[in-house]
Amino acid sequence: MKIKSVTDLVAKKKVGLQKILPGKPRIAVGLATCGIAVGGDRVYERLKEIIDKDRLDITLTKVGCIGYCKEEPLVNITIPGKPLVILHKVDESDAEEIIRSVQNGGVPYDRALCQVPAWDHVTGCVMDYGKGFDRIPLYDNIPFFQHQKKVILRDAGLINPEDIDEYIAIGGYFSAIKALTGMDPDSIIEEVEKSGLRGRGGAGFPTGLKWRITRDVKADKKYIICNADEGDPGAYMNRNEMESDPHMLIEGMIIGAFAMGAAEGLIYIRAEYPLAIKRLTLAIEQAREYGLLGKDIFSTGFLFDIRIATGAGAFVCGESTALVASIEGRTGRPHPRPPRLTDIGGGLFGYPTDLNNVETWCNIPVIISNGSGWYATIGARGNTGTKVFSLVGKVDRVGLVEVPLGTTLSTIVSDIGNGGANNRKVKAVQTGGPSGGCIPFRLFDTPVDFESLNKAGSIMGSGGIVVMDEDTDMVDIARYFINFATGESCGKCVPCREGLKHALLLLNRIMAKKGTKQDLETLALLSDTIVATSLCGLGQTAPNPVLTTLAYFRDEYDALVKP
Amino acid sequence: MDEKTLDIIISRYEAPAGRLLGIMGEIQNQEGYIPRETLEILSVKLEVPLSQLYGLATFYSFFSLKPVGDHVITVCMGTACHVKGAVKILKALEEMLGIKSEASEDGKFSITTEDKKFTLEIARCFGACSMAPVLRVDGNLYGYATPENLPGILAEYGWERHEN
Ligand SMILES: Cc1cc2nc3c(=O)[nH]c(=O)nc-3n(C[C@H](O)[C@H](O)[C@H](O)COP(=O)(O)O)c2cc1C
Ligand code: FES
Repeated sequence: MKIKSVTDLVAKKKVGLQKILPGKPRIAVGLATCGIAVGGDRVYERLKEIIDKDRLDITLTKVGCIGYCKEEPLVNITIPGKPLVILHKVDESDAEEIIRSVQNGGVPYDRALCQVPAWDHVTGCVMDYGKGFDRIPLYDNIPFFQHQKKVILRDAGLINPEDIDEYIAIGGYFSAIKALTGMDPDSIIEEVEKSGLRGRGGAGFPTGLKWRITRDVKADKKYIICNADEGDPGAYMNRNEMESDPHMLIEGMIIGAFAMGAAEGLIYIRAEYPLAIKRLTLAIEQAREYGLLGKDIFSTGFLFDIRIATGAGAFVCGESTALVASIEGRTGRPHPRPPRLTDIGGGLFGYPTDLNNVETWCNIPVIISNGSGWYATIGARGNTGTKVFSLVGKVDRVGLVEVPLGTTLSTIVSDIGNGGANNRKVKAVQTGGPSGGCIPFRLFDTPVDFESLNKAGSIMGSGGIVVMDEDTDMVDIARYFINFATGESCGKCVPCREGLKHALLLLNRIMAKKGTKQDLETLALLSDTIVATSLCGLGQTAPNPVLTTLAYFRDEYDALVKP
Repeated sequence: MDEKTLDIIISRYEAPAGRLLGIMGEIQNQEGYIPRETLEILSVKLEVPLSQLYGLATFYSFFSLKPVGDHVITVCMGTACHVKGAVKILKALEEMLGIKSEASEDGKFSITTEDKKFTLEIARCFGACSMAPVLRVDGNLYGYATPENLPGILAEYGWERHEN
């Protein structure tokens, strides 16, 4: 059935709500890549076996990941009239006990992490589960969740990402219909501009402005692209966004395509994410079936479709011009800008193209549903909205964390992450991946926003936060990143290709305790030169890990070199 | 890869965007590498110079031109895995498989044991960083790897300790 009107959408919403609250117990297993890897799929299979064998009146389903990776596998239970309960560290041997408890109207208490009496899906739907289970702590009182604000991850781990009806149930695609039938392209772009949204791919470019530039170019054809290359090692926000709530991304792209006048959209996704590719492919098919992609969407005459293009393992292909070359079937080597992607002759196959990161697109539906005014109250001035970070490395509570921009590093690492793992002392964090830098513990009152991180010598990047503790050797970290960048340099420009190689040789010598003080000076000078003269963002930022460790952890270098 | 299979793959990519990498990715996934003959046939069918296809096969680390062993072990060398001891995991695997790692001419890291049972590779990040260090064997991810639990994991794939 094609959805043509709000009435059609409301009818689907009812179908979806019936799936989320089926009037009987529902067990949902967290099955994103991380949940599967720690045995979530075995839990699911075992539960299914028991339910099928005894033909029990229990709904079993899959959901994505709520982000508390340390506690996985996670399982949610909803019993009519009772709060949703999140179970943690579940394994297949718990399956029988879970089923037995559920049949008796309860949950296995010793596996219960917390309870959710009601959940705000932000896009106009508050799911009222119910009350009870007083012994189980509230979601809002769990330290890992307490300081978070879920806007992008509002559905993650709660709805089935492989079922479009559940997305519609929580208010999905209502923003798309509002935008396409009730707003004109200009007013959509104005809303995005007023929201203050800045690109989540790393550079923080104002999204509304990029959209306006793309819209204003005169051309017979335009493309929009979603950058799902997620190249920074240690970052997996985009993976979870796509695996847990793929329709959120598709809805954002539909609205963007309409605003910019594009008929074709592409999602460029890295080959390392097979499950995200699978779920996106399925979501696109479902959206087509409902008429949300294809011809004459919502009877407006608007045509738009999305195709997936896979990457093949090259970090530099996250860079805009290299990404376009890669989709066109060429080696991913950047070219100087201008021409920019938005220029005639600069984008995909020469057509003006808008490129945005996964999470940038994911922000669009809430901006349209709740308005730019609401959005702009979240976060800090000039840095509105929330950002998802992957908090990993030597931190106690690893996972995906969503906080308003402007939240301090110490809130993220100490309050949410509970400091170092195994009671070790945290020494620094590394943000921004290979283009970022290391920020020492004494600067943890730095608010996490685009400008403050730059001032500290690092960058926001896509949202990876890798925690280092007292046992981490900072010179080794610098060497690690330079080695990474050397391997990933496309080889086109000399400063990046040769400069990084020599920086690596110097670092190797220093680490082998054969370096001198002079080598440190050379390393700093070489780094500055690479920053100043490289062709693309890869080379221009690659020395950041060296420069920041030289600035903040000079003693570790000094201890290795001869005078 | 026989021509019929290749034709089916090609037929799935009618639009030019993402076509070449998509097709080559599927060949890589099915065969474990990209055979030279397949690349030659592909070049004729798509009317794309072989040199361009060869350029792609060597530029992108996902593609391999050499056959791989029965099981492919990929160790994540991403940042989270690095700080949690990925190097130790790699060294332990080398020792277990009796091979020594070195980058090949095209800068790619891939070594196969003499009996062609295992191939050892590295990756940048699987996006499973919360369970660092992580390794993948034939598409299955294993988190919280330690040198001690590696033998148990590899045993699932027919690995046995050889005295040498
Ligand atoms: C070397 C390099 C790698 C990059 N990798 C990514 C990436 O993996 N994902 C991403 O969204 N942006 C990446 N970017 C940034 C993109 O070029 C681009 O700025 C971004 O996708 C624009 O989207 P936004 O405005 O929504 O942030 C990278 C840039 C450089 C220079
Ligand atoms: S750093 Fe190893 S999985 Fe991400």
